[in-house]
This record gives sequence, structure tokens and C-alpha cells, in this order.
Amino acid sequence: MKGVASFRRDFEPWNDGSARPFIQFDNLTKRYGAVTAVDRLSLDIYEREFFALLGPSGCGKTTLMRVLAGFEEASEGAVYLEGEDLAGRPPYRRPVNMMFQSYALFPHMDVAKNIAFGLKQDGMGKGEITDRVAEMLTLVKMEGFATRKPDQLSGGQRQRVALARSLAKQPRLLLLDEPLGALDRKLREETQFELVDLQERLGITFMIVTHDQEEAMTMADRIAVMDVGQIVQVAPPAEIYERPASRYVADFLGDMNFLPTTITSTKGDLATMEGEDGTVLKALNPHQATIGRNAWFAARPEKFRISRNRPVAACNVLQGEVWDIAYLGDLTIYKVRLGDGTFIKASQLNRDVMADDPITWEEQVWLHADPQTALVLPA
Amino acid sequence: MKTSRFTVWLPYLWLLIFFLAPFALVLKLSLSEPAIAIPPYNPVLTWEEGIAGWWVDLKRLSFENYRFITEDSLYWKSYLSSVWIATVSTLLTLAIGFPLAYGMARAPRAMRPVLLMLVILPFWTSFLIRVYAWIGILKKEGLLNQFLLWAGLIDQPLTILNTDVAVYIGIVYSYLPFMVLPLYANLEKQDATLLEAAADLGCTPFRAFWTVTWPLALPGVLAGCFLVFIPAVGEFVIPALLGGSDTLMIGQTLYDEFFKNRDWPVSSTVAVILLAILIIPIVIFQRLQQREAGA
Amino acid sequence: MNARGWSKFNIASVVLGFAFLYLPIVLLIIFSFNESKLVTVWAGFSTKWYAQAFANQGLMDAAWVTIRVAFVSASIATVLGTLAAMALARRTAFPGRLLFSGMIYAPLVMPEVITGLSLLLLFVAVDLDRGMTTVTLAHITFSMCFVAVVVQARLAGFDRSLEEAALDLGATPARAFFSVTLPLIAPAVAAGWMLAFTLSLDDLVIAQFNSGPGATTLPMKIFSQVRLGVTPEINAICTILVAIVSVGVIVSSIALKRQEVQRQRAQRLAAQA
Repeated sequence: MKGVASFRRDFEPWNDGSARPFIQFDNLTKRYGAVTAVDRLSLDIYEREFFALLGPSGCGKTTLMRVLAGFEEASEGAVYLEGEDLAGRPPYRRPVNMMFQSYALFPHMDVAKNIAFGLKQDGMGKGEITDRVAEMLTLVKMEGFATRKPDQLSGGQRQRVALARSLAKQPRLLLLDEPLGALDRKLREETQFELVDLQERLGITFMIVTHDQEEAMTMADRIAVMDVGQIVQVAPPAEIYERPASRYVADFLGDMNFLPTTITSTKGDLATMEGEDGTVLKALNPHQATIGRNAWFAARPEKFRISRNRPVAACNVLQGEVWDIAYLGDLTIYKVRLGDGTFIKASQLNRDVMADDPITWEEQVWLHADPQTALVLPA
Repeated sequence: MKTSRFTVWLPYLWLLIFFLAPFALVLKLSLSEPAIAIPPYNPVLTWEEGIAGWWVDLKRLSFENYRFITEDSLYWKSYLSSVWIATVSTLLTLAIGFPLAYGMARAPRAMRPVLLMLVILPFWTSFLIRVYAWIGILKKEGLLNQFLLWAGLIDQPLTILNTDVAVYIGIVYSYLPFMVLPLYANLEKQDATLLEAAADLGCTPFRAFWTVTWPLALPGVLAGCFLVFIPAVGEFVIPALLGGSDTLMIGQTLYDEFFKNRDWPVSSTVAVILLAILIIPIVIFQRLQQREAGA
Repeated sequence: MNARGWSKFNIASVVLGFAFLYLPIVLLIIFSFNESKLVTVWAGFSTKWYAQAFANQGLMDAAWVTIRVAFVSASIATVLGTLAAMALARRTAFPGRLLFSGMIYAPLVMPEVITGLSLLLLFVAVDLDRGMTTVTLAHITFSMCFVAVVVQARLAGFDRSLEEAALDLGATPARAFFSVTLPLIAPAVAAGWMLAFTLSLDDLVIAQFNSGPGATTLPMKIFSQVRLGVTPEINAICTILVAIVSVGVIVSSIALKRQEVQRQRAQRLAAQA
């Protein structure tokens, strides 16, 4: 999509009509009794992609992953790996490995035996196994820990061993179920970058399941946002953030302000609309909302500029009173109450240290957002 | 993970053959007539005549044994007496078990595992031996009477062995661990700050016990009571060794009917009715356990 | 609960409770060393009743029968009970699951007289002579249910993803069971075997119904002798049984405890690292 940069290399197989998908979910449905966990879902994932399934707990993302790993059977539809239907193939005969949320390290085996477990199942020779285990330990920087038992490791070390174990068999596809969920914040940030680096070096397709938007945004080439068994949007992180397909996606990733409006005119990419109090608003209209329709005017807090004086602009100008201020260090968030009682959140980057005359509580302020940064979303 | 079918059908088949089928035989036999033969009954359903034969046989089934049992007072007195003895013993076990479990739960943390093991240990040692041990204590010239005479508390030895009192003692003693374990499990995990909160709100320790600890302990109390009551009703060894000739317990009545009178159909009938009586507390107990597990 | 309030009342109830639990067994043991034939009058220390018990051929035969029956039935019951526990814990839906779980739990609360009687009727119906085989079959049937319950409790607290990880890494279900599941539930399986063994060792009623000539078990022998009167010889044999079981239970629980302590120490080390 134009206007949204792809940050990582020239890697966009999903825009390449000739690229063949590596994994294909075709109209997949999974029911548990009366509950439908995954509902007629179709999705293509490409080779070497770092793909993230993002959604709240219970949205079906883990089920989708377990169907792919072979722990659950599809009720309807199919999963293809390089065009081959995986139905009926048990987990131990799939070229797919998984890193479990609990890590699932075998407590009765030491680190080396854990990593060697999958290799032994393949009947690999002893010497070869030893070499591969050493190689994997180096890969995850755990060289000195071969003879430790899992309960003698810290959380971060366990995570590394689990990763090494799932990579040891050189799978075509690695599934990661909330891989960083058990780590503390600082370690999580470090590990995110390491995982991306590792994936690029090994050239393996990664599919990660997470409920943490930051995790998905940092690591993934593409994110699929899920809600009650269906995919709501699949796109690269920047597109998901800047061009959310619906109010649900916009709410799930980051903060978004919404104002109810009616479309009055459209021109090119842009639509003009009228707020409930007659304010003229203008925003990008990717969903082609037509004149007379009700729609949301949506803009993220950082898109608003806050000032004491009325900005010189014909549209997207809002006036209100500062209701609350949250100082976060890097950012300051203003909660502004408009005349009709709705609240708008606006954030400002604190580039200057301790401004002389900062905007304060109960001041009358003006807000403005550029039409190119705001969106029309279907009501 | 899908475990192979084999894990199910092997134990399943075993239980069908050695648990369910025998039970069906008991039911069938309870509807048959006794005979002087070996085995001592007239088979009503026979294998030889096939399904058609079964249908003819079905008409010959009689409720004669059930009628007999309701008419002979020995049986219903045995049932009533079993339930009565089991009820009294259960309450006595609770009265002894609760303070014990409560004391264990409030013991210093380091001591608790040892105390817990001391409760479980007798459970592993032979039931028969533990009941037998009481004979030497309770009999007329036994240790208890010797002690009481020595202490001057009595001047005539008491007759305890071969009375209902000895049966109560035997049941309380044998089943005490069954009462203490669920009670301890419950009391141990009760949050001590609840009592502190009660005290903070002006509750005396005595009132705090009855308004906080006891209501929270009720699931444990019920579990313990059922675990004692259910096996006590069908108890055989304790009345056989410690009870007297006038102690009536249905387990022993069934045993005697079978081994002394050699009336297999009637003892089967006694078994069926005993089970029918026990079904009620068993089902209640199961429900309670499930609710506990669900909570 | 907190240790803060260990009152005198609490201490007294614990002390009295344990005195009640242990005094009879202690007295039984003391009087097994009594010189006199009268079990209740102390007449000096002697081990002659032990010698006499060991010289009693009938008693020794019964002990041998009991140990063989207990060993065989406990071993088979452990296999069947573990399979049953796997089925209950892992297979949430199969035809007749309710009946199956009912049959696992029912023998736990079934009065022994009924279990004994019903199995006897089965053996008579199929014309199987009563003896060691029938006692063993009967003991397998009720003790496998105890094993199933013990093992199932362990499986319930077992992280399923460990088995899934094994499958994911290429192990077939059978290999996953033997290399991951079984080593991890081994303590429960061992406890199940011990429980089955002692249940068989203890059983009187079911053996009484299902045993035949030449297959008198020790509890049967003790029971018939006790009905004739209390003798120091019986005290001696009971003391030996109590000693064996107590040592077994205490040793295995200390071993478990030590394992647990080592595990915790390792974890503390890891936390510091």
C-alpha cells in the first residue's frame, strides 16, 4: 500500500502474484462441540516469512497453530504445506516444530539430552548428534549449560534451550506459542531482536502466536489480527497500525480516537464528513465510504497537534478543555474534553526538557490533525 | 495426545469381566432358588439353551428371596443396626479427628510433613493387625482393665470386648486416617489472615472458629464423614473380631449366610440390598467431590 | 494456616490423637517379646515366639502364598491401573467412558463382602477351581482401581505439552510414553505398586471367598487363629509385617523427600546464577 513504508528489505512475497504460498489454510473450521474456535479461515503464509498471529485470548490463534502442528484435526477445510494436504499426518511426521508456551522442557533430561531428543527420534548417529547439539548451544549462547537440568536454569535460559531444541531438527517451519510471555520486560525486548536476527540467518519460516502487540509489531513481517475464530486483517505492521481495517483492529493495536460522523463528500483518497456538532472533518477513505453513510472519524493520539491558538486549517479543528494530563517521560498525553462531552487523547513528544509555559489543566486548547493521518472507518 | 486404543480396551475388558459380569451374576442369583447341591443353588439362567432358553428362564425369576428378607427380622435389623453403628462411629471419628487435624494444621510448618506421614503410616499397615491389636487391650483381663484397676478407677473389670462399644472403638480407630486426611487438607490451606481479619473486626477466637473456620471446613468434614461411613456400613472384620454375638452388622450377616448357612441366593439378595442402600451416600459423596473439584 | 497459634489445646489433641493411633500397635509389638504365653501379662523379655512362628510350617506356607499373590497381583494391577489412568486422563471421549470411570471408582467404595461374593460367583460360573489363581485375579481387580486413582492424580498435574513436545520432535506416541510420560509418572506408578502390594498383603475378606484348599493366605491364617484366641506367636508375625511395611513406607518417603530437597536446592542455585 502506498504511503506506508515496508521497513524490512525487499521482502513482499504476498504482493508477488507468482509466489507460491508455503502454508495455506483453506476454509479451515475447528469446532469443539458447540464452540467454533476457528471459523472458515483462509490464510497464505510464504516461505522465510516471520508471521505473527495476534489476538486476545480465546480468539482461536492457538487452535490454528495446533492444527498446523498436528495436535488438532480440522473439522472442515484443509491445511496445505507446499501444496500437500496435511490432513491425517500425525505431529511426529510433519516437518514443523513448535516452541511451547510453557517451554515443555523434559524435566528428567539435561539440556543436551533435551536438544538431542528430536535428533534421536530421527535415528541420527551419535557423533552427529553431539556435533549438532554443540552447534545449537552455540547458536543460543548456552555453551556451558549442556549438563544442567531444566529446573537449574533461569527463565531466560529455559527459553533459549526450548528454542534450540525446536530448531535442532532444522524444521521448515517453526511455530512459537507466546515465546516471550514468561520473560520480564527487559529480557523480552532483547530477545525479540535476537529472534528476528536468528530467523533471518537461518532462513526458516517462523509463525508466532501472541497477544502482545508490541511483540508482533517488533518481529513480524506480517501480522494477522484475529477475532472470534476469524482473521480481521492481514498486513505488515506499519499498515496494520496506520490503516487498520476496522475499529476492532484499531482498538487492539495502540490507541485510537473515534468521532461519529456522516460523510458529506468524497474526492480521490479523501472524504469530507460532518461531526454531530457540525464540525468539518476530513480523512483518508480507504474503504470507499459513500456520501450519506455514517462512519467513524479515526485518528491516533500522536497525530493530533495541541496548541493554545486556533490553527490555520479548514478542517479537523477541535476545541476543548484539558481534563487530564499524563506525563510518561518520553510522551505527555492530554485528555481533552470537547464541547459535547467526548474525550480526545492527544500525545506530544517531549523533545524539549521542561518547557517554560506548559499547557496545564483546565486550559482551553485547540487540536488539529492532518487529513492524511486520519482515517474513515466503517461504523 | 491420542493414546492408542489399547490403553482403553485392556483395562476396560478386565473390569467388564471381573467387575461388571460378577455383579450381574449376584443380581441373577438373588433371583434364583436355593438348592442342596454344589454350587448350592438352582441356576435360573443357563448358558446351554441360548437366547430362546433365556427368555423362558426369565419368567422363572422370582422375588422370593427379597420377600424372605423383608419377612425375616434378622435382615432388616442387621441393615438398621449397621447404619446406626456406622453413623455413631462416624460422629465419634469426627469428634476425635477434627481436633487432631486442626492441631496438625496449626503445627509449626516444618513439623507438618512428619505429622502427615504419621497419620498415613497406619493406613499402610494391615487392617487386620490393627483390629487384632485391640483384642489384647479390650478383653476382660486385658491391658485397659489392668490399667483402670491399677489406677483405682474401677474395682470390677469392665466387659468391653465382644460388645458394640468394642465395635465403635475398632471402627473409629481403623478409619481415623480417612477422617483426618481430608480435614487436614482443608484446614491446612485455610488462610490464616481470615482469622486475623475476624479478630480485627472484633470477633473472639471462639466465635471466629464457629463463624469462619468451621463453615469453611465443612467440605472436608463431609468428605471425611462419607469416607468413614460408607465402608463402615459394610464392615466385616471389625464386628467379627471385636463384636459380640448380639452385634448385628450386615457384612457379617452376609458372610454367615454364605459360609455357615450356605444359602448363596439369599446372601446375593443381601448384597444387592446393601448396595442399594450404599448407592445413596456414594452418589452424594461423588457429587460433593465433583463440586469441590470444579470450584 | 499459620503456626502462630499452636495452643496447648492443639498440642494436646495432636499428642492424644497420635497416642490413640499408635499405642495399640506399640503394645502389640511389646507383647510379642513377652516370655509368658499370656499376651497381657509381662513376664520378661524373650524372642522365643519369633522362633516358634518361623518354625510353624502352616504359617510360613501361608506367608509364602501371600507374598507370591501380592507380588504377581500388584505387578499386573500396576500395568492395568496405569493404562486405565492414561485412558481416564487422556482420552476425554470414548464410547462408554462413563461406565469405565464408574467401574474404576466403584471398587474403591464397594464393601469387600460384595466384591468377594461376586467374584466367587464368576469363578463358579466359569468352573474355575478356587486357589491361588482366583485370589490373584480378585486382587488384581480391586487393586488396579487404586493404582488407577493414584496414577491419574499424577497425570492430572502433568503438563500435557511435554507429551506434545515429544510428538512434535518426532517421537511416536509409544516412544513419547516410554521416554517422557513414564519416567515422569514413575513415582506415582511405584506408589501404586506399593499400595497394590500392601492391599493384597492385607486382604482377608476377598481371599476368604475366593481362596481354596492349599492357598490359605496369611491374613486368613491369622484370622482363623485369632478366633481361637490371642497368642504371642501371632503378635510376633504381626510385628514382622508391621516392621516390613513401616520400613518400606518410611524409606520411600525419605527418598522422595530428599529428591525434593535436592530439586529445590538446584532451583535456588539457578535463581542465583
